[in-house]
Amino acid sequence: MLRNIFNFTLIASTLRLATPLILAALGGLYCERSGVINIALEGIMLAGAFTAALITFYTQNPWIGILAAVTAGVLVAAIHAVATINFRANQVVSGTAINILFLGVPALLCGVFFGTTGNTPQLPREQTLNDWQVFNPQESPLLASIFNQNPLVYFALLAVLLTFFVIYKMRFGLRLRAVGENPEAADTAGISVNRMRYAGVLLSGAFAALGGAYISIGQNSLFTRNMTAGRGFIALAALIFGKWDPLGTMIACLLFGFAEAIAIRMQGTVNIPNQFIQIVPYVLTIVVLAGFISRAHPPKALGIAYTKE
Amino acid sequence: MIKTLLRELTFPLIAVVAAFLLGGVVILAIRDNPLEVYGILLNSAFGLFDARGNFTFDNWGYTLFYATPLIFTGLSVALAMRCGLLNIGAEGQLYVGAFAAAWVGLTFTGLPAILLVPLSILAAMIAGGTWGAVPGILKARFGSHEVINTIMMNFIALGLLSYLVQYHFKEPSDAIMETHEIAPAARFARFYTLLAPLGIHFPYRIPLNASFLLAILICFLVWVFLWKTKWGYEIRAAGANPDAAEYAGISVKKQIVLAMALSGAIAGLVGVNEVLGYRYRYYHDFGASYGFTGIAVALLGRNHPFGVLLAAILFGALTRGGLFVDIFTENVSKDLVQVLQAIIILFVAMEYLFREKLKNLIPQFAEK
Repeated sequence: MLRNIFNFTLIASTLRLATPLILAALGGLYCERSGVINIALEGIMLAGAFTAALITFYTQNPWIGILAAVTAGVLVAAIHAVATINFRANQVVSGTAINILFLGVPALLCGVFFGTTGNTPQLPREQTLNDWQVFNPQESPLLASIFNQNPLVYFALLAVLLTFFVIYKMRFGLRLRAVGENPEAADTAGISVNRMRYAGVLLSGAFAALGGAYISIGQNSLFTRNMTAGRGFIALAALIFGKWDPLGTMIACLLFGFAEAIAIRMQGTVNIPNQFIQIVPYVLTIVVLAGFISRAHPPKALGIAYTKE
Repeated sequence: MIKTLLRELTFPLIAVVAAFLLGGVVILAIRDNPLEVYGILLNSAFGLFDARGNFTFDNWGYTLFYATPLIFTGLSVALAMRCGLLNIGAEGQLYVGAFAAAWVGLTFTGLPAILLVPLSILAAMIAGGTWGAVPGILKARFGSHEVINTIMMNFIALGLLSYLVQYHFKEPSDAIMETHEIAPAARFARFYTLLAPLGIHFPYRIPLNASFLLAILICFLVWVFLWKTKWGYEIRAAGANPDAAEYAGISVKKQIVLAMALSGAIAGLVGVNEVLGYRYRYYHDFGASYGFTGIAVALLGRNHPFGVLLAAILFGALTRGGLFVDIFTENVSKDLVQVLQAIIILFVAMEYLFREKLKNLIPQFAEK
């Protein structure tokens, strides 16, 4: 029985389930490292998931769908940016508003376009974003089960490395961190705090929307009402659990993806209620945030609007 | 007095009007007539007469019923906000409160109503209060941010309650995630029953019940607590200026825990409306994000109990009206309501925008 749960396909499903989390959490990382809290990841993911499904339906091309989703994500993030950076709205409140907004908007538009209460039409399989066939499943089933993954799975892993490089090795990353830690000093050094924060927030929109698009046209073939089901919040948890560090965040996402994969497999086989496994990420986040395992330090200026003196 | 009232009301009113205008653009974009949509919305929420011109309780009855949970969550968020805390956890607190209320009604079935009802209310408050106190203690003891912890507590609540209902409180064969019915003695009276002795026939189908009166009472009590008692003063002092409060001998940490516990307890009362007054059982994941809407209600009500009451009634009206807009318009669905709510929150949060603009026109708004 245990062999049914722990086998090589578990690695594959862990990767698959962690991908939307990784993408959204990386988005959150850019945003929060610049000093802006992003509770809106969930709403942006929904916007991305919906836009990807909608545009793919009309263009029959998932890549155009992805592009549209990223654009939508950036636009939604721009609302957050304008509200919090220009008008100094409370960052948590603005994020909450965006989350509520995108419970409503996709459903409203689904009613207009398709006459449904919140889902888009089913896409034919060839129009969704399908797995790359790196290995032939007949010849090498094991390798195929692990490596034949969605392009976005590979992109997410690549993006982690890229983000690591950008945050720690590039001038852009240094400036982003400076603005998030000590905006006054950054400002004095001639860095435009607002411009860096805009960059962070808009990047978060692009990444989170990509995570949403993966859920609607990668893992599934349509958008359904509230289909991200809290993954934006799990991504936020992973970001904290990973201490706002790209690699740590990825490990946290993989851990949470692993927990989800186990929970799915255990349904009906093992006698541990899977609710207990589902709440593991949340409990861990609280524990880590309280410093029971090791302390997580958020960027110092996180959540504080910057006013130029 | 009137001058401050006017000033307090100005921004919320501007935000609501601006949201409706922007919502009108949205309605136009999806090819419907904004005036017609808003006409349906307002009439079905506040109208006193039905289509045949007969007097009806339906519109106001349902509007107030939908407003009831929002009064509780709005007060919950507002109270925490007065202590400088953002409680995003009302959502989880209200679920544990609802379950606790149902648990009492399912367990102590032999008790008379006079004991069972207060006991259920108390259970809802204790459960919600505990769920709120945890992030409070974590913040006071370890300095971890209450926003993240309350979000996490929401998911933990849903997970645990889903487990409890699925494995311990429902018929295994039943697919619906709900408990059995609570004892009849635990039920709250509906307005049908309350108004009958006065000779007023309030239709039984409208689930407006005594919880609404409880909500108004709590509104008043929160006002008394915050502005007329020492504890309330200390909570507000800790929220307004923690350093000064500490200097004046107020333990800010204690205020944080107290405010979060009270905030959670009030959110837990949503369970009273839901379980004792409406469904007579715990139905898992029943909420239409009352906790999150509560944030909007508190903001719009400027974190004042009476403002919260007005804002909750407005949002209750939107919910009621949204259902009719859904049925009686070509393209607009009830989801328009969520869009309107979100826009209202955004505008209220961006008060700075209006303040800057108004400052040039009316100098009084410059202060503060």
